Amino acid sequence: MAKVDRYQHHDFYNMDALLSEDHLLARDAVRDWVKQEVTPIIEDYYERAECPKHLYKGLAEIGAYGPSLPVEYGGGGMDEIAYGVIMQELERGDSGIRSMASVQGSLVMYPIFAYGSEEQKKKYLPKLGSGELIGCFGLTEPDFGSNPTGMVSHFIDDGDSVILNGAKMWITNSPVADIAVAWAKDEEGVVHGMILEKDMPGFSAPEIHGKLSLRASITGELVFENVRVPKKNILPGVKGMRGPLSCLSKARYGIAWGVIGAALDCYDTALQYSKERVQFDRPVAGFQLQQRKLAHMITEITKAQLFTWRLGTLANEHKATPAQISMAKFNNVNMALEIARESRQMLGGMGITNEYPIMRHMMNLETVITYEGTHDIHTLIIGMEVTGINAFK
Amino acid sequence: MNILVCISKTPETTAPIDFTPDGKELKTEGMNYILNPYDEWYALVRALELKEQNGGAVHVIHVGPAANDIIIRKALAIGADEAYRVDCDPKDAWMVASEVGAFAKEHAYDIIFTGKETLDYAGALVPGMIAELLGVPFISFANHLEYENGKIICQREIEGGYEEVEAPMPLVVSAAKGLAEQRIPNMRGIMMAKRKPLNVIEPQCVSPKQTLTGYEKPPQRTGVKLIDPENMDELVRLLHEEAKVI
Ligand SMILES: Cc1cc2nc3c(=O)[nH]c(=O)nc-3n(C[C@H](O)[C@H](O)[C@H](O)COP(=O)(O)OP(=O)(O)OC[C@H]3O[C@@H](n4cnc5c(N)ncnc54)[C@H](O)[C@@H]3O)c2cc1C
Repeated sequence: MAKVDRYQHHDFYNMDALLSEDHLLARDAVRDWVKQEVTPIIEDYYERAECPKHLYKGLAEIGAYGPSLPVEYGGGGMDEIAYGVIMQELERGDSGIRSMASVQGSLVMYPIFAYGSEEQKKKYLPKLGSGELIGCFGLTEPDFGSNPTGMVSHFIDDGDSVILNGAKMWITNSPVADIAVAWAKDEEGVVHGMILEKDMPGFSAPEIHGKLSLRASITGELVFENVRVPKKNILPGVKGMRGPLSCLSKARYGIAWGVIGAALDCYDTALQYSKERVQFDRPVAGFQLQQRKLAHMITEITKAQLFTWRLGTLANEHKATPAQISMAKFNNVNMALEIARESRQMLGGMGITNEYPIMRHMMNLETVITYEGTHDIHTLIIGMEVTGINAFK
Repeated sequence: MNILVCISKTPETTAPIDFTPDGKELKTEGMNYILNPYDEWYALVRALELKEQNGGAVHVIHVGPAANDIIIRKALAIGADEAYRVDCDPKDAWMVASEVGAFAKEHAYDIIFTGKETLDYAGALVPGMIAELLGVPFISFANHLEYENGKIICQREIEGGYEEVEAPMPLVVSAAKGLAEQRIPNMRGIMMAKRKPLNVIEPQCVSPKQTLTGYEKPPQRTGVKLIDPENMDELVRLLHEEAKVI
């Protein structure tokens, strides 16, 4: 039986007054799309750990891939706040669905847009924007996660091409992707980005099984065994870790908005449930202990909304720093995970079932607090910013 | 084929409804409004489909203040070509119909669509009044509409079945569920809507024909009483003494 999605947005501080008509229209459109396309199927795909591949096309049609990139390069020509509210509504549905869009827009289209040659942009961006091509982003390696600078994937010069060897791990979309933006070192140890196509000999992308989190998003490896990559596939515009890190800034920004959606869905579910569920002859929401939880949740959500709106304003002015983005990712993901845990308890036994979305959000958020820089790593980025001392090493 | 779609706003369907203590006004503080679903999902989308099949243009008209521009932008984002807003705050259906009628008289529309009703007051009066003002046929509550040989053929749901009616153009049609399927605007549409014309026109300012005297809420529903299926006597007693239905 198709689920009725009774989700209602919460806006305690009238934040909507800070949003423009485009933002509100974009948010409502994606919310309607999620109610129509995601809610009715997500629990089933999640339970079977299957990626709803048909949604790649739907995400393209609604305009969720690279909404803040220019229209001529397959984007939506919108601003960063529009990008944020779109991610928020997608993640309100499911973090895995949001991940499908984040990777395509921020980690595949963005580096090609920012660092690609005109030929690369023309060849790939419109097709990525329309969902005709699906992409993935390969940075993390089996032995280098939080410390990607140590990566061992490397390539050697061979005339018009380079020969690539190495492996990437935990790569969202990789088993279904047509192209990969992969990062590897040249003979001098300098990191470069390159576009790999799935049928290049020596290139494979096996799926990783057994994930208990982000189950509706497909994750895999990238294996490079003497892959011959034409030099014209190397991104000419960037050298060194600045390349992948700038992409991560884009994606982390989207996550900071996205998880507010997951938190809102958990809060809304707990609020509705606790007003309807009667124990000791009164709605559960009438007990002080439960009200404390609800009050705490909506306060934290409201703080995150204000915080993230300010970050969006800075991003629109091209002034958002990596440390500011880290702080928003750090705060908001943690906030969402705490709300998921607290709201789940408010549903008692029902809270552990897939009748309600909270447990799924909670499990998803365990990935979200790990990828794109773990919670610890963001702590250290903020720490380095305020002390000037690098605590990574 | 040139089509005019009349669009209105309505409180979000989940908005709590409350009135001022004297019962004279609806409390609108913090209330969110949406484009009336009958206008958006059925009237506008069927109009766009007809344009896609037969060419022409789809215009939307809204009678209301600038604060409602967002619902007009939404209609443009879904695909309408051009919008008109009559700048006044109408007090009854007659005021709305008079403005739309006066506007439509000056333009040659083949079909004027409205929703079956606006969800808030559910008056369903505007389309009939517009048709009368223009002296054209009116088909109400259409669930299905086809354009054939210069005529419009509609199906209407009636008690226990359907009736089929046809009328020549120009005409007014009010759209009911089933006439089309909701189209969610995409980001490109939202951005394009910013560049489409939203023309503001001065109102005729006719006087309303009705005055609102007050609102009253229905009595609160009381809880359900469960009676053991073995205890028929108690059920009969309650139906007789408390519910007073037997
Ligand atoms: C579902 C999923 C999808 C992903 N998708 C992608 C993708 O598309 N592309 C991609 O490139 N990567 C992706 N990742 C990888 C992700 O970014 C990494 O998992 C993450 O960066 C952490 O690396 P790791 O798993 O190797 O953990 P490790 O780096 O081994 O960390 C283990 C623990 O040590 C802590 N730690 C590490 N260094 C320090 C330090 N200096 N100080 C204090 N604590 C430290 C960490 O915080 C963590 O708690 C994905 C991961 C998951 C789970």
